[in-house]
Amino acid sequence: MKKVDLKKILAAFGVVAFLSVLWIGCPGSDLTQGDAAEKTYVAPGKYDEFYLFTSGGFSGQVGVYGIPSGRHFKTISVFAQNPETGYGYSEETKGMLETSFGFVPWDDAHHPKLSQTDGIPDGRWLFINGNNTPRIARLDLKTFETAEIIEIPNAGGNHASPFLTENTEYVVASTRFSLPIPQKDVAISTYKENFKGSISFVKVDPESGEMNIAFQILVPGFDYDLAHAGKGPSHGWAFFTCYNTEQANTMLEVNASQKDKDLIAAVNWKMAEKYIAEGKGKAMEANYYHNVYDESEQTAKSKKLNSVKVLDPKDCPGLIYYIPTPKSPHGVDVDPSGEYIVAGGKLAAVIPVHSFSKMIKAIDSKNFDGDAAGIPILKYDAVLAGEVQNAGLGPLHTEFDGEGYAYTSAFVSSEIVKWKIGTWEVVDRIPTYYSIGHLNIPGGDSRKPWGKYVIALNKITKDRYLPTGPELTQSAQLFDISGEKMQLILDFPTVGEPHYAQSIPADILMKNSAKIYRLDDNKSPYATKSEKQARVERKGSEVHVYMTTIRTHFAPDNIEGVKVGDKVYFHVTNLEQDWDIPHGFAVKGLNSSELLIMPGQTKTVVWTPKFEGVFPFYCTDFCSALHQEMQGYIRVSAANSSTPISYNIQK
Amino acid sequence: MKTTTFLILPLLLAILLTGCGGKKKPVDPDKLTDFQLANGIGPVMKPLELKPIDKKTAAEGEKIFEQKCFSCHRLDQKLVGPPLHEVLKRRSPEFVVNMIMNPDIMIQKHPEVKKLLAQYLQKMTYQDVKLEDAFKILEYLRVQNETPITK
Repeated sequence: MKKVDLKKILAAFGVVAFLSVLWIGCPGSDLTQGDAAEKTYVAPGKYDEFYLFTSGGFSGQVGVYGIPSGRHFKTISVFAQNPETGYGYSEETKGMLETSFGFVPWDDAHHPKLSQTDGIPDGRWLFINGNNTPRIARLDLKTFETAEIIEIPNAGGNHASPFLTENTEYVVASTRFSLPIPQKDVAISTYKENFKGSISFVKVDPESGEMNIAFQILVPGFDYDLAHAGKGPSHGWAFFTCYNTEQANTMLEVNASQKDKDLIAAVNWKMAEKYIAEGKGKAMEANYYHNVYDESEQTAKSKKLNSVKVLDPKDCPGLIYYIPTPKSPHGVDVDPSGEYIVAGGKLAAVIPVHSFSKMIKAIDSKNFDGDAAGIPILKYDAVLAGEVQNAGLGPLHTEFDGEGYAYTSAFVSSEIVKWKIGTWEVVDRIPTYYSIGHLNIPGGDSRKPWGKYVIALNKITKDRYLPTGPELTQSAQLFDISGEKMQLILDFPTVGEPHYAQSIPADILMKNSAKIYRLDDNKSPYATKSEKQARVERKGSEVHVYMTTIRTHFAPDNIEGVKVGDKVYFHVTNLEQDWDIPHGFAVKGLNSSELLIMPGQTKTVVWTPKFEGVFPFYCTDFCSALHQEMQGYIRVSAANSSTPISYNIQK
Repeated sequence: MKTTTFLILPLLLAILLTGCGGKKKPVDPDKLTDFQLANGIGPVMKPLELKPIDKKTAAEGEKIFEQKCFSCHRLDQKLVGPPLHEVLKRRSPEFVVNMIMNPDIMIQKHPEVKKLLAQYLQKMTYQDVKLEDAFKILEYLRVQNETPITK
């Protein structure tokens, strides 16, 4: 036998060891344990345990996903036009995007919030804020459609929104970007003198869900960033983080990071209600729109409003206090008991946890440390319950599992840190890939979290998926938190930037989900409820086509007598009354999107023919075996022609 | 050999447990009764006792027919579905009501309706019709059954 060369063996061993380290060191390869697939596998035809609603970020929409599978079910059109459904294109839905700036077909959607009863998500509505042109939308969770959008006047950057009180009495809004209130033409350098913030309380009707701005509070010109309302003992209060208490107006990355501590504004909204009842609210001129989708008439109704009630803290003692909080705080989260208020100081080394009961004592004993524009600042130590040490770099947001633990996202160190409420000790931590922003636990900001999972909503995707050029998908990650140690079990991509997300057990929503719109309830003035009523009418240079669809024909399907320059309204009613039989409609040269019409719905699109000729229209949503036969023609004659209106319907 | 016994026994057990090759004849839940074969599967589960035609009900039925049925069914010609002028000469009144109320199951299980699907290639859907309205439609079709088509 040949003599064994020990050196060679060692070298080979070293190479193998090195390679295996490289191999194991590849992102993600060793991070999931053997049972991850089992935990996230939802067999074909089976349902997920939770619905997850993710903000669509700069897509302006809301994504609907299943947890634990991460499967994408629907994109709900909210603040942005959606050519897939015709939302914001059809005559019936354009009004949803009306604002005091005119038609604004886009926004930056950040924080989905499920309506609550007794501090527990009830599955009735989902609210979400539009950050850029300040708005709040309400989505109906029976239809999974946007039911209402209200514009927030006197605001810039509606970021701390639409966090809600424990019985959905109010959703809140505020100014991340302070501005002159009311607006005026001033030098930007006069920020400290002329700029103000506002905090809005938007009342939600307990039956219909309809919103109206109950009052706004004028506050010093800081950046109001995030919010949460109190619950249980702290019900009646709402908390807003403020950064840039330096009141810088340029190069904020340096100039707004000077102070050791910024602030949390604690607002006593029950007291605000009292002041409003006493008539302390001053009417201020403000232009804003309120758009409600009338489900019976199937049309958005836009109303222009011109006044809000404003409270000035100077006239309202006890309305608002500031809690010092290190440093440029971002998230502010209230634990399930309602006693602890957790702040995520982006630049802070610790997570400060404030105590609600200590706050009340400090207020009662006037334990103040100066004031900001007349608003008392409480002493840090008088309010503090404890600090979580070694909580990761750049802590942002905290959610709760209902078992006594809190989970904080740390952006800079890219991890989730689990800590114990009361002892403030960190008990577990796990990396996220990469740079987590918000995180969500089912019911994790409510009085009774369902726990089980935490979903990380990451800012950076990088090498997690097959590359798709410079622009990558957005990345969410699912962790099992049912054990002592968190376990990464799934990566799944999401649409737009998922800032925040909320989740709710599927059975709460499933049983209420609508299957069709009942034709009998369709009160649209443009509805055609039977093929016998289908018709074409000319009104001056407008032509109204009252059209029906059913598998597999349009009625009428041949139309003549339209002229170049006419405005042709196609009012299309889908006569189907069974689940999952939408029809689509498009005509050649449409300067708009298609219509996607659900069973029992009427939708309208405008077509302005530019040339003489004969133009086809057809069904765009594959509906049945004879879908390809579902077509028709519209003849366009010269502007001065005398071709009469005619159309056919099978006798 | 002992080892083969060890191998075969669990195999047999597995077959028994999964029901493969079981000899017991299972009851076919999809087997239709004679009534269902003649009258369809749906809310009408016993023979109807029809009264003389009521013209007023038939007129109400015509309106419902126009809204719920007319886009797919004409009286005298094939469209999405078969012509219905003399449907009561081909089908029992019970069958007609069950077809209106329960088309999904009729398409899945009834041999006559399966044949119709193969012919028309469109699945009839439930059009959100109340049972009392289905009887009104039936009344309308009874009138049609006795009225010759005029062209």
